[in-house]
Amino acid sequence: MEFMPEFRVLRPASVEDAVAARRDDPDACLLAGGTDLVPNIRRGIVAPRTIVDVSEVAEMRDIRERDGEVRIGASVTLAELIEHPIIRQRFSVLVQAASEVAASSHRQVATVGGNLCLDTRCVYYNQSEWWRRSNDYCFKHQGEICHVAPKTVACFAAYSGDLAPAFIVLDGAVEVAGPDGNRVMPLPEMYRDDGRDHLRLGPGEMVVAVRVPAADSWHCGYVKARVRSAIDFPLAGVAAAVKLQAGSLAGLRVALTGTNAMPLLLQGTEDLVGAPLDDDAIDRLVALIPKQIQPMTSTVTPPGYRRRVVANMTRTLLRRLSAEARR
Amino acid sequence: MAKAILTLTLNGRPREDAVSHNVLLIDYLREIAHLTGTKMGCDGGECGACTVLVDDRPRLSCITLAHSVAGKRVETIEGGARDGRLSQLQRAFHERLGSQCGYCTPGMIMAAEGLLRRTPKPSTEEIRQGLSGNICRCTGYTKIIEAVRVAAGDAT
Ligand SMILES: Cc1cc2nc3c(=O)[nH]c(=O)nc-3n(C[C@H](O)[C@H](O)[C@H](O)COP(=O)(O)OP(=O)(O)OC[C@H]3O[C@@H](n4cnc5c(N)ncnc54)[C@H](O)[C@@H]3O)c2cc1C
Ligand code: FES
Ligand code: FES
Repeated sequence: MEFMPEFRVLRPASVEDAVAARRDDPDACLLAGGTDLVPNIRRGIVAPRTIVDVSEVAEMRDIRERDGEVRIGASVTLAELIEHPIIRQRFSVLVQAASEVAASSHRQVATVGGNLCLDTRCVYYNQSEWWRRSNDYCFKHQGEICHVAPKTVACFAAYSGDLAPAFIVLDGAVEVAGPDGNRVMPLPEMYRDDGRDHLRLGPGEMVVAVRVPAADSWHCGYVKARVRSAIDFPLAGVAAAVKLQAGSLAGLRVALTGTNAMPLLLQGTEDLVGAPLDDDAIDRLVALIPKQIQPMTSTVTPPGYRRRVVANMTRTLLRRLSAEARR
Repeated sequence: MAKAILTLTLNGRPREDAVSHNVLLIDYLREIAHLTGTKMGCDGGECGACTVLVDDRPRLSCITLAHSVAGKRVETIEGGARDGRLSQLQRAFHERLGSQCGYCTPGMIMAAEGLLRRTPKPSTEEIRQGLSGNICRCTGYTKIIEAVRVAAGDAT
């Protein structure tokens, strides 16, 4: 038998019951598809005593449309997202990003909520217990120092989910439920740039759904760099949304993953609004990136490569979207 | 650790077992149901060797809790042959040499089975996508893709 700590699993039927279960036991851990949580339990980096399985909570399982806005339940699987007619027709950037997550078999159970709340990753963290012990553990878990930046008192594990940048450029917001009631917040506000504590969710809070406004006049896309073209997490990923009016930029949003402890909405893009979307504008956009990102040696691929690949992917993606918008 | 009753349909037969909450599906299959066809390859979700079908969809049994499949239909490689006759996919893997050392084969066949149920006539690209989470160290994949095409009636 493989090593597994002892825990009990609760299967609440509603969001209300899930919130109540966690109110009683604040350390209880949420389980959706389990494709991130279960490997982490097996490595000993998470050791819950109680698990609250939300994968079959009905209110979190569907995709609905109202007045152009689409609400995607947190426990919708990536395969369901990719196959859904509304998403295919109107939010192809979500199909592009979700299709690049892990591999086909993972996507049959991996969920949207689990992807957005994915733990941050680092070569010194996502390892077996004996591997980490041989290194005296690390700052993120059980240890004193961050092996990536030993002189700092910080954790540089990278947020490596593919969906968050796509939802961010679509101006998505998350519905959150917790012991103090429900709230809706723009997706970027759910994150902070701290590898040890990257989610701004209060004790007992959970994501119930993601809301995405109509994006019919936008052109959106996602590109990802990874070691192998399946299974692997992003070394970096870029999503962009552009809106053109009479050949000039009327709107521009760019978001990155794999470069920081959170998915990053690139700042300063509003300065380009009004300019034509040509190579000059794309150069100005790419020039915004280096100061805002902080890839570290948290992957086996060096940070310098990730810096270059982010710039190149952004350029390629913007050229593609510019050509698409003119068609 | 307290056990709870797990009820499911395994290769077409209903069954009930007392299983702890923390037992993985792969351990349930191999050590409680004594179906050792499902293989453990990597240390967690990275190789596809442990793939089984849950309600017709491929699922990695090494990162699935056994109780997560309560009430569902689970199929393993042992469910493939009927009365000693190999399934079409099994026969195609055998005859087209889609299996060498055989360690990845149960997972590969279950992932392929899941693909053919969703997409009965997959393109080569769809086969590559459908099997993208299954790693094989021996065949170089060409023969595996050919076997799936043969089983789908798309090649002779
Ligand atoms: C080999 C392998 C490759 C992978 N490659 C990629 C990849 O390329 N890109 C990528 O993005 N991911 C990848 N993943 C990670 C994972 O499969 C996906 O991110 C998946 O979408 C996670 O969803 P899940 O439902 O399985 O999450 P779970 O494992 O169930 O949960 C993940 C985390 O989110 C929390 N959580 C779950 N639901 C909620 C909720 N509703 N509210 C608040 N918190 C919640 C859990 O407590 C847990 O901490 C990979 C995983 C493996 C094993
Ligand atoms: S043993 Fe399950 S994916 Fe490798
Ligand atoms: S046949 Fe040996 S690993 Fe695939």
